Amino acid sequence: MTPRGPAIDWEALSPLIALVGGACVVLMVGLLRSGFVRRHVVPSLTLVALGVTIGLGVWQWGVNTSIIEDSLAIDDLTLALTMVFCVGGMATVLLSWRSSAAEEAGEGEYHALLLTSILGMVVLVAAQNLVVLFLGFELLSIPLYVLCATHMRREQSLESGLKYLIIGSVGSATLLYGLALLYGATGSTDYAGIAEAATDDVLLYTGIALVVAGLAFKASVAPFHQWTPDVYEGAPTAVTGFMAVATKAAAFGVLLRLFDVALINFATTWGPALSVLAIVTIVVGNVGAIGQSSLKRLLAYSSVAQAGYMLAGVVVSTKLGVAATVFYLAVYTLMNLAAFAVIVARERETGLGDDISSLYGLGADRPLLAWPMTIAMLALAGMPATAGFFGKLYLIRAAVDNDYGWLGVAIVIGSAISLAYYLRVIAAVWMRSPSEAAAVVPGARPAMAGGSPEADPEEPPPRAAASQAEAAVRAPRHVEVVFVAVVCALATIALGIYPEPLFDVARDAGDALRSLV
Amino acid sequence: MTVHLSILIFWPLLLTVLGALAPRAVAPLFALVGALVPLGYAVIMLVDHDPAASGLQYLTDDAWIEEMGIRYTLGVDGLNLWLVALTALLFAASALWLALRPPVRAKLFAVHFGIAETAVLGSFLAQDLALFVLFFDLMLVPFYFLVGQWGGPERIQAALKMVIYTLVGSLLMLAAAVATAVLANAGPDNTLSFSLAELRADLLGEGTQKLLFAAFALAFLIKMPAFPFHGWMPDTYRNMPLPALAVFSGVVSKVAAYGFLRIVLPLFPAAAEDWQLILLVLALCSILYGSIQAFTQTNVRLILGYSSIAQLGFITLGIFALDDAAKGAQGALLQAVNHGLVVAPLFLIVALLAARAGGSEDIRDMGGIAFRAPVLATLFLIVTLATLAMPGSANFAGEFLILLGVFESELAVAIIASTGVVLASVYALRLYIRSMHNRQGPAVTSFEMSPRDAVVIVPLVLAILAFALFPQRALDAGEPAVQAASQAVTGAGR
Repeated sequence: MTPRGPAIDWEALSPLIALVGGACVVLMVGLLRSGFVRRHVVPSLTLVALGVTIGLGVWQWGVNTSIIEDSLAIDDLTLALTMVFCVGGMATVLLSWRSSAAEEAGEGEYHALLLTSILGMVVLVAAQNLVVLFLGFELLSIPLYVLCATHMRREQSLESGLKYLIIGSVGSATLLYGLALLYGATGSTDYAGIAEAATDDVLLYTGIALVVAGLAFKASVAPFHQWTPDVYEGAPTAVTGFMAVATKAAAFGVLLRLFDVALINFATTWGPALSVLAIVTIVVGNVGAIGQSSLKRLLAYSSVAQAGYMLAGVVVSTKLGVAATVFYLAVYTLMNLAAFAVIVARERETGLGDDISSLYGLGADRPLLAWPMTIAMLALAGMPATAGFFGKLYLIRAAVDNDYGWLGVAIVIGSAISLAYYLRVIAAVWMRSPSEAAAVVPGARPAMAGGSPEADPEEPPPRAAASQAEAAVRAPRHVEVVFVAVVCALATIALGIYPEPLFDVARDAGDALRSLV
Repeated sequence: MTVHLSILIFWPLLLTVLGALAPRAVAPLFALVGALVPLGYAVIMLVDHDPAASGLQYLTDDAWIEEMGIRYTLGVDGLNLWLVALTALLFAASALWLALRPPVRAKLFAVHFGIAETAVLGSFLAQDLALFVLFFDLMLVPFYFLVGQWGGPERIQAALKMVIYTLVGSLLMLAAAVATAVLANAGPDNTLSFSLAELRADLLGEGTQKLLFAAFALAFLIKMPAFPFHGWMPDTYRNMPLPALAVFSGVVSKVAAYGFLRIVLPLFPAAAEDWQLILLVLALCSILYGSIQAFTQTNVRLILGYSSIAQLGFITLGIFALDDAAKGAQGALLQAVNHGLVVAPLFLIVALLAARAGGSEDIRDMGGIAFRAPVLATLFLIVTLATLAMPGSANFAGEFLILLGVFESELAVAIIASTGVVLASVYALRLYIRSMHNRQGPAVTSFEMSPRDAVVIVPLVLAILAFALFPQRALDAGEPAVQAASQAVTGAGR
């Protein structure tokens, strides 16, 4: 007679198993001596693991079940966000394929950490229990601290990792304290139990406030965003891209589920508080980005601003709000990845790092990089014919629908401000010549006036620019980076013209939270 | 006969993108065909359009984004028929100009130009509020690139200023459009609908209307531009390449005027009545301020830019005359077409003047250009006289109708506005005399226009003359639609 263990729904658990298994296999294969295996087989295996996870997610779509004593909800919300994480992960793998970060840290470890982090994200957004929530939170964070510091020979990378570790730990501690108070106030760690037992109570409100603060650290919601620009700037660009899209999606996933399931009865209390945070975030992010000359810092502030927009979807606490947030997260992933891919490419081609001057003259030389960057910036700004337009439209609709019309106004005003810096990037791509880049000391503010090479042909290109152009010719061909940029940009445009499929996915994800109207 | 409006809208975009992929030698051909085919379509529509029929013709109505209740609805009626024709004509003229004088990176220029035409045509034809907003915002993107890449010395700041200024309005309009649809709940069983027809049938309360009206009006007034929202205009006009500026000034500003007639008046009639006086005063300020600036500026582009502010002031005045017979609104629509017809050739003539004045676009450096260029002088004179609304020109009919309408509703406003007619002749004649006559400027070399200039400008001037002979056609076509728009307000007021 075989002993009877608890019933395990292997099918629903399968996406998680794929990630765990992938991480183990990748770690083991990474131990092999052969350079070819480490450099090419390991990332390929990571891609396979992520692909399998997406496939399993598609397979489990619509099942909407709770597993492991109801601690994990494998529903459409979890699966939709899982796909976002995996797409982000795949792009990260491709962007770091030939980077020194993966090589310095060891390919096996690098990719295993990436997969583990994604596993943490899935656990986090699926959690229906405070303990599991924290488990997922740490599982997501710890690998990321390491990943930030994988450029081991660059001081900023180490600094970035350390900064993230310290501030992330403060965030975790705050969150944990908040979770403890929630438990103290309700006597339950289950979301459903909390929703039932919660009463009007100072303890509960303190708990909510601390939880918001803890999660706001992860989602880089102002005023808990100060680490974002520094960490983003220092981390290897591929990892920055991953943090910008996947971590953000995970943080919003858990916000959605925690607030719209466990704390839904107090929506009138935390709603206004969060909406104030949203507005502060929109203002801080957009204003902060304006003066930046480092593209990664610029995108860091932009990600803060975008977090403010998405917070609107959490605030309204309706199915529509959830759907709008998921929709926005998906398109935000695509447009940000396109931008980060271009930054990675330019970092390798020019010696200018992620300075905005590395983009000068891109429009004339490299249309395959220039167009994705342009599309990404226009989409982030919410221009029509890109997916960003519908993302904003959907969020505004969700806000107006639940009497948060002024939040919709805040979103559009934020978008108007954001043009000041998104268009600066586009101007760098199309309207400046590479010769200007040489005149600019990296880190300094670029001059505002100048001419295109056609407009003032008498000006000879300085030597630095010439050698830079030679470097571009000699630079290794990184097809996969260009591939990521082009595919993400095309997807952004395609979803801007025909967004219906993504709307369906988002609607399913919204319907998964049955506690909402 | 069905004219598929989608083909009309997307043809320029498709052809210019194909042109960008084609070899350099044939690329201009693509751009030209991309602009000429819509013109052909527009002419066919003008001939085929049935003025007696009410409602939309050549209707295209497909579900697009069901989740948001956005439909892909396109249609033509008297309100947009002539504006579509104007758009097609001006873009074709500019495309021809560009084909004959290719700019640097001509293919890329053509792509942005194609996107611009698509966006403008789309905003004229859209019959769904969300679709209109989408095309309206999209319009800005190509012009940003056209200014920023091919513009004058301060092009990057000018482009940025233009985009931020106008997008503040456009984005508020986006929010207002969503709010309109959500609050109206016009669709079947409480789903969202942005369809203009359905929104018209189910109007909002007056307080809500006033707020939403403000957002839409702001967007349109900035786009026009109208005083005091014209801060972006001088830099943009100074820096935009002339062929692009011809269509920008000619049609893009008309989209804003059209937006008032198509969207604001029918959807927010109660608010339009409440805000009428404010809008009339703003229009009046635009007329006076624009005219005074136009006869003090010396840069030809700015003279034309400020004169556009004045002209668009007249158009706004007509729209908000809200007289019982809707004379003012009819005049406004006529004047919108007229202004587009005169301002586009004027901007192209500016290029010819600059070529004769040693590259300067300042009237102080010009003078005596008519000396050896009688044909150019004649054409320029015709356009100038049309601009100042000489009796006999279609502009005269337009301004007359506008003033007639305002006289019936607000007498004082009409009396002040009529001084604007006098001021128009001052700045228009000043421009003509200072550039063509007077003492010959130091760097001026007068020479006749070449056939490649004539092939663009002569058809435009012929269009002005033809329109002067038959303004009634446009009025007849527009009458029922304009009356419906205007009387949505005046009827509701009673």
